[in-house]
Amino acid sequence: MTDTAVVVVGAGPAGLRAAEALTRGGVRPILIDEAERPGGQVYRQPPPGAARSPRTLYGFEAGKAVAVHAIPARLGDAIDYRPNTLVWNVFEKHLYTVGPSGHDRLDFNRLVIASGAMDRVLPFPGWTMPGVFTLGGAQIALKAQGVSIGRRVAFIGAGPLLPLVVYQYAKAGAEIAAVLDVTPFSAKLSNASGLLAQTGTLAKGLWYIARNAIAGLLICSDVRAIGVEGEDRVRSLWWRDAADTEHRVACDAVGASFGLRSETQLADLAGCAFAYDDVARQWIPQRDAASRSSMPGVYLAGDGAGIGGADVAELQGERAALAVLEDLGAPIDTARIAALDRKLARQARFRNALERAYPYPAHLLDDVADAEIICRCEGITAGTLRAAATERDAQEMNRLKAFTRIGMGRCQGRVCGPAAAEILARTLGEDIAAVGRLRGNPPVKPIPVGGLP
Amino acid sequence: MIEDVSRVGLFRRLVPRSGAVIPFTIDGEPTEAREGDLLLTAILLQRPALRHFEFGETDRAGFCLMGACQDCWVSLADGRRMRACTTPVESGMAVVIDGVAHD
Repeated sequence: MTDTAVVVVGAGPAGLRAAEALTRGGVRPILIDEAERPGGQVYRQPPPGAARSPRTLYGFEAGKAVAVHAIPARLGDAIDYRPNTLVWNVFEKHLYTVGPSGHDRLDFNRLVIASGAMDRVLPFPGWTMPGVFTLGGAQIALKAQGVSIGRRVAFIGAGPLLPLVVYQYAKAGAEIAAVLDVTPFSAKLSNASGLLAQTGTLAKGLWYIARNAIAGLLICSDVRAIGVEGEDRVRSLWWRDAADTEHRVACDAVGASFGLRSETQLADLAGCAFAYDDVARQWIPQRDAASRSSMPGVYLAGDGAGIGGADVAELQGERAALAVLEDLGAPIDTARIAALDRKLARQARFRNALERAYPYPAHLLDDVADAEIICRCEGITAGTLRAAATERDAQEMNRLKAFTRIGMGRCQGRVCGPAAAEILARTLGEDIAAVGRLRGNPPVKPIPVGGLP
Repeated sequence: MIEDVSRVGLFRRLVPRSGAVIPFTIDGEPTEAREGDLLLTAILLQRPALRHFEFGETDRAGFCLMGACQDCWVSLADGRRMRACTTPVESGMAVVIDGVAHD
């Protein structure tokens, strides 16, 4: 099997466990990662010089983080590890990369995509002001750099990341102005039975929430509308609660996002079939229980093909590797596969309840002003999108892109895509799935053009 | 004395850093960072934003901090453009926000 290139993209929990399991099956995988150090975003490591103890950085998850970080060094020459390397295109069986030694083209026989997730971003008044970051960004500032995004910070969220980031900031001594959950507390209670499928995870979540309450923070659930005020920098945050009462606090930075969304560009370029997922409210590349995509030879593990979190990502990474080995004709451990499938089924029940406990905050998109920026790369507004829909008959996302450049900026639609689809669907009076999705295009991130192969 | 808010940093260091001091400049003014600082952190500890937005009269200070949103591209005087959230600050980097880039 030495002449069959097996490539794993992404060195988060999914990609690292995939690489590890491949070596156990006698394969020497190429593991490509954009970051300098392994761990992905969830177990992101600070740069050299900013290191702190794993317990401080990862809390309850310190043991898992340390185990995952150690994989490349422990495997040594059993893998071909290529950090600081971006995969910017997949074309047929070729990967196009750029890294420390410049551009390269790599032919693969099997490809495991573990591209992870980013914050789901929705526009609100003031969201492009300097000082407004995603919740994940606010967390990275603290974990990877030991800094707070401001002197007095407000947080807005629609998922379990919110109480965690607030807890971490409070513990680090930051001043917290307000904590706003745009989902209703009742949704958590009505999904309590499903959440009990993972009692350990549930207990940790409840612990963060309880600690935040004990700390006496200003916490509000079921927030109906939000906005950041200021001109050159953030001065205050206002919101309307479920009783339609308006509140306002002074602050100089805001961490805000609304759940997570899968990073799906590479799966798209690889030709994988997508389907609309109503709960995730996103087009997701399809995978079977063994992590096989619709494309022969392409496997999808971790949050890049549906949000499952870090524990699920580790299991899926290993599961994908076992599918690769099986498809290569290698002997496989059927008992291990059965155990993984059982664990993944249990996690899926928990995830389903968690998604319902933090429902998609569609109400935030009901009153987006025409002047609001949707594309932060190029400043394209909601009004421009609506005009293209009504006056130029843009019926789906790629037509909208052709008329307005939405999704053509540096982020390639990662940030604006979900909100633009919501606005287009509302303007047309169509279901969100009917307006389709932005097609992926290379390069998935900006690259230097010098030395292209 | 009235505080010039355009020179007050956005970020606040919560965890002291003991590593080497790294000198760099912003618009020609000497300043310093610490070993382990990303370029984004180094600038935002000193300034409220990273760059001017090229499609409007506002400023930008980055957004996702994980190399996804591409909001934090910063110009250096030597002509390089760096994604500040994934680039460690290096001694002698000459960041250009208001000034004209030149050697």
